[in-house]
Order: sequence, then structure tokens, then C-alpha cells
Amino acid sequence: MNLDLDPAAVAFRDLVRAFLRENVPSAPLPGVDTAAGDAAHREWERKLADAGLAAVSWPVEYGGRAAPPLHTLLFDEEYHAAGAPVRIGQNGLFLLAPTLLAHGTAEQCARVLPPMARGDEVWAQAWSEPSAGSDLAAIRSRAVRTGGGWVLSGLKTWSSRAVVADRAFGLFRSHSGEPRHQGLTYLMFDLRAPGVTVRPIRQLDGTAGFAEIFLDDVFVPDSDVIGTAGDGWRVAMSTAGHERGLSLRGPGRFTATAGRLLQLWQTTGPARPQRCIRCGDTAPDSGRTDAAGTQRCIRCGDTALRSGRSGAAGTQRCPGAAETTAGASRVVDAWIGARAYRMRAFASLDVPVAPSATKLFWSELDVALHETASDLLGPDAEIDPEWAAGYLFSLAGPIYAGTNEIQRDILAQRVLGLPR
Amino acid sequence: MRLAPSGEQNHFAAVLHEMLSEAPAHDGAGPDRRLWAALGDAGVTGLMIPERAGGLGAGADDLVIACEQLGRHAVAGPVAESVAAVPLLLGPDDERLAGLAAGQVIASLAAPPWLPYALDGDSADLILLVDGDAVRLGRAGAVHQSADPARRLADVECGALLGTGRPIRQALDLGVLACSAQLLGAGQALLDMSVGYARTRTQFGRPIGSFQAVRHRLADVAVALDFARPLLYAAAVAWTGPHLGAAAIRHLAADHAAAAVRDTAGHPGAAAVRDTAADLDAGRDVSAAKVACGQAALLAARTALQVHGAIGYTAEHRLGRHLTLVRALHLSWGTPDQHRARVLAAITGTGTAPDGRATAGDPAPQPVSRLGAASGADVAWPSRGCPESAGAGIARTDGKGSE
Repeated sequence: MNLDLDPAAVAFRDLVRAFLRENVPSAPLPGVDTAAGDAAHREWERKLADAGLAAVSWPVEYGGRAAPPLHTLLFDEEYHAAGAPVRIGQNGLFLLAPTLLAHGTAEQCARVLPPMARGDEVWAQAWSEPSAGSDLAAIRSRAVRTGGGWVLSGLKTWSSRAVVADRAFGLFRSHSGEPRHQGLTYLMFDLRAPGVTVRPIRQLDGTAGFAEIFLDDVFVPDSDVIGTAGDGWRVAMSTAGHERGLSLRGPGRFTATAGRLLQLWQTTGPARPQRCIRCGDTAPDSGRTDAAGTQRCIRCGDTALRSGRSGAAGTQRCPGAAETTAGASRVVDAWIGARAYRMRAFASLDVPVAPSATKLFWSELDVALHETASDLLGPDAEIDPEWAAGYLFSLAGPIYAGTNEIQRDILAQRVLGLPR
Repeated sequence: MRLAPSGEQNHFAAVLHEMLSEAPAHDGAGPDRRLWAALGDAGVTGLMIPERAGGLGAGADDLVIACEQLGRHAVAGPVAESVAAVPLLLGPDDERLAGLAAGQVIASLAAPPWLPYALDGDSADLILLVDGDAVRLGRAGAVHQSADPARRLADVECGALLGTGRPIRQALDLGVLACSAQLLGAGQALLDMSVGYARTRTQFGRPIGSFQAVRHRLADVAVALDFARPLLYAAAVAWTGPHLGAAAIRHLAADHAAAAVRDTAGHPGAAAVRDTAADLDAGRDVSAAKVACGQAALLAARTALQVHGAIGYTAEHRLGRHLTLVRALHLSWGTPDQHRARVLAAITGTGTAPDGRATAGDPAPQPVSRLGAASGADVAWPSRGCPESAGAGIARTDGKGSE
């Protein structure tokens, strides 16, 4: 076993690193759900595409560079380490594209992928419905056969990016009277077509990250069916694998977050001596835990210890103090978790990882990373915009792409072979 | 790059699994000498021993592959001590290596603070004691019965000096790696037996594995093990150092082995680090693996017992052997908090390494004399010290001279 990179991989990593160093905007772009943010993020995608870095794993003819999976992982790490913008095209790039490459026609790939890579066409996912969440096969939105195509009707919801997206891909019931998992068709449609209404939904975090899509007799040509009509469930499960696996959430994001958590720990954690409110003692070891688990000031015995954030004394590190606090253990465990995810990704090049396992791991890890950061920040957590936003976003992880309960069921059945 | 076993390593694991599956049950504490000899025939006990001393001169990755299987079958005895750490501590020219490689000599080790007792010290043929930067012979003192019926822990009394300047840090890290692999293997076995049981045990007219309360817990165990394993493999890679592979061990056969390994394994300044997919730091990565493997195995143990219910709580059921082994190994070879402290020091760049170039946060191997008053020679751990003159003053256990 080894983690050695061959010269081609090193050269690719250096190329990516150099491009990002030159081009990543110094200030964060406006949110993707705003008009200005939409434009700025598409502009960024174009810049990536011009450098041949929008979708490195794709075939060259569609705008990729046919890079091996290892290079995709290296790109992901460099991208997040550089703090580059969120990918506005992620649903298309990481979900639809691999589905098309596996199940689509050459005509579809040639038509859809290049504008996707350039940010000219942003895609949304239209899967869930009000009555079909975890139970996706319960979808009721219909595709009815008509001359040369299909007519869509119904309601899709929780559709990320639909507010700014140009097109969407989704699953529709096309053949009634068949078993639930059959008679579904996987289709692409234009969000600006007649009969489509997109209504933004304000999220818990205040953004319009997702939306409802109302479909009222929307025509879709046969050329926008992916795979065979009626075989949509099988195609959708291919997409779901990418959504839950390393494609949507590579390790770079969590490695970067763990790094930021570590920085936070170094600036707020160990360098923050406990100060006794009563006597003001700031000796680093002024807090002693008594038998009942309560911290007491060793000088006056008061339990009213609080942390002093600033002050010259705060820069003194107390040797040994760090490893005794519960916060330190959580920081280390979060770092180990991010490292484990990263190493599992490298291992997956030879031993594939179940997408459900990946999804369970990264989503729980992301929550742990952000909860740990919040707890380190203490009362300041709610006014720290970056960590607060990250925390709220992390809470969505165990829900989207199939709830973690669904993932545990899938894992139990398919990997462990437990009965239904 | 490959962070997964080779075909050859998978075959090795399969052969060991088959051999250990067929081994007769061993009752009582301590190592089963017939099994140990069989492990010698299979090459396991000689993995870390140079070829010219009768071993295989294999790599740390081979070691973790083998120790996973030993943990999977809850093989009793001082595995990490005898198979991993002691060969390095003895040095490449020690004549005891041949016996170790053959599985005829079983060695134990005490190395405070990580390893304050010698496992199965009362039945081992050889006990080493890490005393600061010195390696000494040790003798078993008082013996304590472990909560794991298969383990007996011995206080170690200080014996003759074997030598100084040996690769103590590398040897102890290799022991931690082996222990982590045992934990992972034991955890996998606990998951496998739980899944098997949940498939067949019927309640309320259904297999209990169809209930989400059961299957979800098992899924969490599977994830924990699946994501701990690459950390273990990466730690083996880090221990070995970039671009060395199995050659590292052959290096150890050279007389200046310690220096060679220290210069390459996990040293952040090593020239080759730039060409790896991830930064490597032997001490940090070994500790991270120990924490993750221990946690995953503990989760597996708790879940396994809960899934089995009362039958798992019986002395006859093999689950109990794995459960008590996991609990013991989790706190052996360094507690999770000791390893977390080392990871923290490494990732925050704190902690001063004793020799200025070891992994930040390495616990300096503790001189025995600092643990208590130096009150003379034959006082048992931990209340006695090991005076500087111990090598001359204490009866030798094996008749060999000290260096």
C-alpha cells in the first residue's frame, strides 16, 4: 500500500493549484439565490470551463479532460482548500452528467453537457413531491404520451437551485397500473417552458435554496427522455448513487472545514484561560474539576468560572491543558473523521464504497464539525455569520439525497444482506 | 497509489482466516502455543523480522492485514507485543529473533505510559521493558487477572539493560498499529456474527434484522468499520514512510536501522512528502487509527451484545470473548485520550519532541525511575524505580549479557 502520486497526478494537482491561486475571487460571491450571485457564479463556471477544469472527469469532447478518478479527488481537495465558490451547476455537473454518461445517448451528451460545463445552463433536480419524499416511488406527477413526446403535469418540491436554474431533470409516472417502481420515466425539461411555474421556498437558513415546480401540461420531446420510457427508476437509482456518494460531496469540503475548525480551536480554545468571576484569577489551571464534575477556581473555590476571550494572557498556551478539555477531544475526533473520509475516498479507487455509507458518514461528520465549532465559539456562535450559516446548512445533510434513515435501510439490505 | 490490500495480501488474509476458523478452541488464559507455532508456519510471527534472521521482512501493511485476522478470531496472547514491537526493540542481530519468527518464542512488553503491564507476562518466554530511551529485559512480578478471561497482566520488574538508541518510537507505533488492526478485525467479527444472528433469529414472526431498530444500529457499525479501515491502512503507509514500502523493514535489518527509519518515516520534512496524495505523519496517523478503530470496535461490541440479547451474555457464546478483548485493547497500547492528545499536538503544531524531529506530541517514553521512588532493585511496578545501575544489579532472566 502507498499514497504515492505519479508524475501526471502531481502535475495535474499543481496545475489546479496554480489556476485557483490566480483566479479564486478574493471576496465571497453574492448568494446564488440572488440575481447578482447567479451572474457571478455563472461567470466563475465559465472561467473554470475555459481552463478545462469545470468537469475534469468528463470525456474531452464534452468539455472534460478524461481525468482518472484520482484526479477528480485531487481537484476536489484543491478546490475546497482554496475556498473557491460554491458550484452553481452542481446538480447538473455531479448528478445529471454522470447519469447521462451512463444512460444517455451521444446526442444528449453532446447537446447537454457542454453548456452545462460553461454555466450557460444550470440544472435543478425535480424528484420529491408533497406525498413522495423518502418514499420516492410514490410519485404522482405524470408524463402522458403525445405525438413525438410527453406532456408533464403535477407538482415537484424541495427542488434545489430551481429558482435560478434553466432546466430540470426528474422522474414521472408514465405508465399507470404498473407496480410502483415500474412505469416511471426519467425526463429533462425546460424550466422556462410554457406551463412551468417555479415558486421559491424560503429555507430555515433564510435563503431561497429550494423551490416548488408546478407543471401544467408541459411538453417534452422524446429526445429528452433519458434511458427507456418506463425504465426511469433504474436510471434514477444511478443518479442517487452519485448524489449520495463521492460525486456530490467529495472529501475536500470536510477537510477544509476541519482545517477551519482547527484554526478556530487555536484562536479560541486552548488560548482562552478560564477566569474566575469572583477573584479574577486567570492562571491557566485555575479551573479544577471536583468530584461532581463542576469546575471550581482553585484560589477561591467559586464555581463561577467564565472564559476570557481577549487579553494578553489569552495568548499563553497552557501545556497539557488542551488535551484535558472535552472541546479538544471533539476537535480531534472531528479532524479524525474528516481524515477518515478522505482516506476512504482514496481507498475507494480500489475498493468501492457504498453510496449510502458515504452519505451517512459525511452528513453526520458535517454536523459534528459545525456543532463542535459552535460550541467552541460559545455565545458568539450565533453572531458568527460563516459558522452559523454552515451549521444550518449542515443540518440539511442528513435529510437531502435521501434521509439517513433511508440510507441505513439501504445499507442494511444491500450491504449487510438483512431481510426487509 | 493504492490504499487497499493487494491481491496477494487478500490471499494472505483468506488463508489466515481459514486456518484460524479451523483452529480448536483454546480455553484458559494466555497464548495457545500450538496455534502460535502455526502462526509461525504461516509467516505471521516473522513478518517484522528480517529475512536473514528467519523472518519475512514484510511491511507494516502486511502486519495490519494479518492482525486484522488475528483480531477477527480473537487470538489470545501478546500479539502486538510479540509480532510487532518486540522484533524492532530487540534489534536486527538478536539471536532470539529466529525463535520469535518461528512462533516458538512468545514475547511480551511493558512500555509505560502506554503499556504499564506486560500482557501474559507470566507465560511469555521473554519480557522487554522500555525504560526511557533504554530497552531492558523484564521479569514478571505480580499477575493480575483481566476482565477478559483470556488475558493476564503482569507487573514487570526491571532486568538487564539490552541497549539504548533503539527505534523505540517506531516499535511502539508498530505495536499500536497491530493493536488497532486487532480491534478492527474483532469489530468486523462482531458485526458479522450480529448480522448472521439478526438474519435468522425470529421474533414477532419476523427475522429481527427486519426491524429498523436493529438494522439501523448494524448499519452504523458497518459505516464506522468501513471508514476506520482506510485510516489504519494510511497509518501503515505513514509508518513506513513514502516510497519505501516493504523496503523499510529490510532497512531495519541494517545496523543503523533506527536512524534510517527516523529520517524517513513520517518526518514532515522528508523530501518525498510532496509526492503523496495526503500529508503523512507516522505518530499522528497511527494515533488517529487507534482512536477510530477502537471506537468502531466498541460500537460493534455494544451493538452485537444488544442484538444478540441474553444468548450473547452467556459464557459459552463466542461473542463475549470478542467483547472483552475489544474493551481491553481499546484502553491498551495508549488510551484514546492519550492518542487524541498526540493527534492534537501534531495538528496544532504544539508539543516539543524530545529529539527535535519526532512527531510533535509524542509521549516521551517514560523512564521507569520517574514513576516512583528509586527504592532499590526488585520492587514491582509501579511503585519501584529502575535505578541506573539496574543492569548490573539485577539477576538476569536469560543469562545473556547486557550491551
